[in-house]
Amino acid sequence: MFDTGTTAFMLVCVMLVLLMTPGLAFFYGGLARRKNVVNTMFMSMMVLGVVGVVWVLAGHSFAYGGDGSISFFGGFDLLGSAGAVQGMLDSAASTPDTAGMLTSLADGSVKLSSVVIDGEQTQALVTVATGETYATLPIEAGYPELIDLAYQAAFAMITTAIITGSLAGRMKFGAVVAFVTIWVLLVYAPLAHMVWGGDGSLIGDTIGALDFAGGDVVHISSGLTGLILCLILGKRKGFGIVGYRPHNVPFVVLGAALLWFGWFGFNGGSAFAADGVAALAIVNTVAASAAALLSWSAIEKLKTGKSTLVGAATGLVAGLVVITPAAGFVEPWAAVIMGIIVSPICYFAISFLKHKIGYDDALDAFGCHAVGGITGGILTGLFCVPELSWTEFGGLFYTGDISLLVAQVLGILITVVYVTIFGLIIGFVVKLIFKGNLAVDAAAENEGLDTAVHGESAYPAYNGLD
Amino acid sequence: MKKIEAIVRPSKLEPLKEALLKFGIKGLTVSEVHGCGNQLGWKEYFRGSEVIVNMRPKVKFEIITADESVEELTKVIINTAKTGEVGDGKIFVYPVEEVIRIRTEESGEVAI
Repeated sequence: MFDTGTTAFMLVCVMLVLLMTPGLAFFYGGLARRKNVVNTMFMSMMVLGVVGVVWVLAGHSFAYGGDGSISFFGGFDLLGSAGAVQGMLDSAASTPDTAGMLTSLADGSVKLSSVVIDGEQTQALVTVATGETYATLPIEAGYPELIDLAYQAAFAMITTAIITGSLAGRMKFGAVVAFVTIWVLLVYAPLAHMVWGGDGSLIGDTIGALDFAGGDVVHISSGLTGLILCLILGKRKGFGIVGYRPHNVPFVVLGAALLWFGWFGFNGGSAFAADGVAALAIVNTVAASAAALLSWSAIEKLKTGKSTLVGAATGLVAGLVVITPAAGFVEPWAAVIMGIIVSPICYFAISFLKHKIGYDDALDAFGCHAVGGITGGILTGLFCVPELSWTEFGGLFYTGDISLLVAQVLGILITVVYVTIFGLIIGFVVKLIFKGNLAVDAAAENEGLDTAVHGESAYPAYNGLD
Repeated sequence: MKKIEAIVRPSKLEPLKEALLKFGIKGLTVSEVHGCGNQLGWKEYFRGSEVIVNMRPKVKFEIITADESVEELTKVIINTAKTGEVGDGKIFVYPVEEVIRIRTEESGEVAI
């Protein structure tokens, strides 16, 4: 028996999160150069294709299968999402334990005559002898586990697609496909298990780090992988010499709008119930993203004298990233503070650190997502309301106890170490498979990947248009 | 006075711009153009149907200069824009009768 309210809410959240990946294609596509638009957007869309299949066949099992005895990996029992339909049919047919409820109510003060269960509802009606309704009891009923499958697939998709921002404008398309296929199985799925695998999981349970909707799992993992891969891949030809400009600012805003919209399902749905925590997560998501938009615009005004729309859209995304690990744990005023803090940090990483160190993180997957995710994870350790925490520890600000903060930092460190090791291994293996070079040749890079790699121009001219 | 018109690969826009400014030209006009020459077109596919694209995108530079600078300037353009492959583009040199700076109404080489 399923709770129809929760089920409906979660189904909507699934669809919201699924919209984020095509939304990211627009965000990245707008930031890309004109000759690389198709390639940049295609990388996100290709991830949609690859992960949609790979997650259902194996990824979900690697993340959420097994009996929970392994701290960093699910299992093989759900391969092919076996048994998912039967499980759904079984739980739909199950009836709640009415006898147990009657016992718990029968304390002598109320005479019970009958319990009526409406087959479609999730409440038991308890009536007294006169026939009038005395009380309604909630019956424990959730949503079909099939929803988890789709919801987690949507998470795996957007996470994997974020990586492609670091690779824009020079990577062999086949190498991208190979990398993301292996990465989602060997990095994302185990990491999801470590953080969200429940009892016995390494980061979520043993260390007790909080990650509401994916600071570690989604943003640090993808952003850091982007950095690692762009180091293995190498720079674009003119990096540091030619100024790259976003080719379509309205596309960037369209993409940011779709990400923003989808993120309410991403953070709200991570409550896994249509309840107060979901509402809190959504309020915090509004507050943090709005604050970060403002603080990004402000720091641009201070540093360069002008606020830009691309900057505001980037700030919006940075704010969404920073609140992701904290969405259901902090109070809205803290969400505002987190939003204000994150933009200057990401701005520093993108406008200074990137050029100082000289890594070509083309569309700033690392600077926005990894840096924002780390900031959010640490701030969760400060601002988590103790009553909302999944563990016995609350934020430093409320309790004066640094236990949670330490756990947050440890969780981030384990994520960083795991992602670095496996990102390097997968990156070099794929490089080996692709004859020692992940990048396209210089002629193709100069021409632009759209026509050189895909034979498809985003903005064709003078041929077949009129 | 001469007008130098150079049609080059789009990827040469940035390097050529840099090289010309470094050389010391007073100004230039750049436009996106499409056309064809010895470099053949390429095939694109729209849902499986072939589309022949033979209007190649190029970038056109227009520079007005004194007669004596023409040789050096064309050398700069060739050195920067040449890859040796088909499709490097062409340079055209035309005589220019008059140049007038609108703001000051100066004319001749001082107006370049």
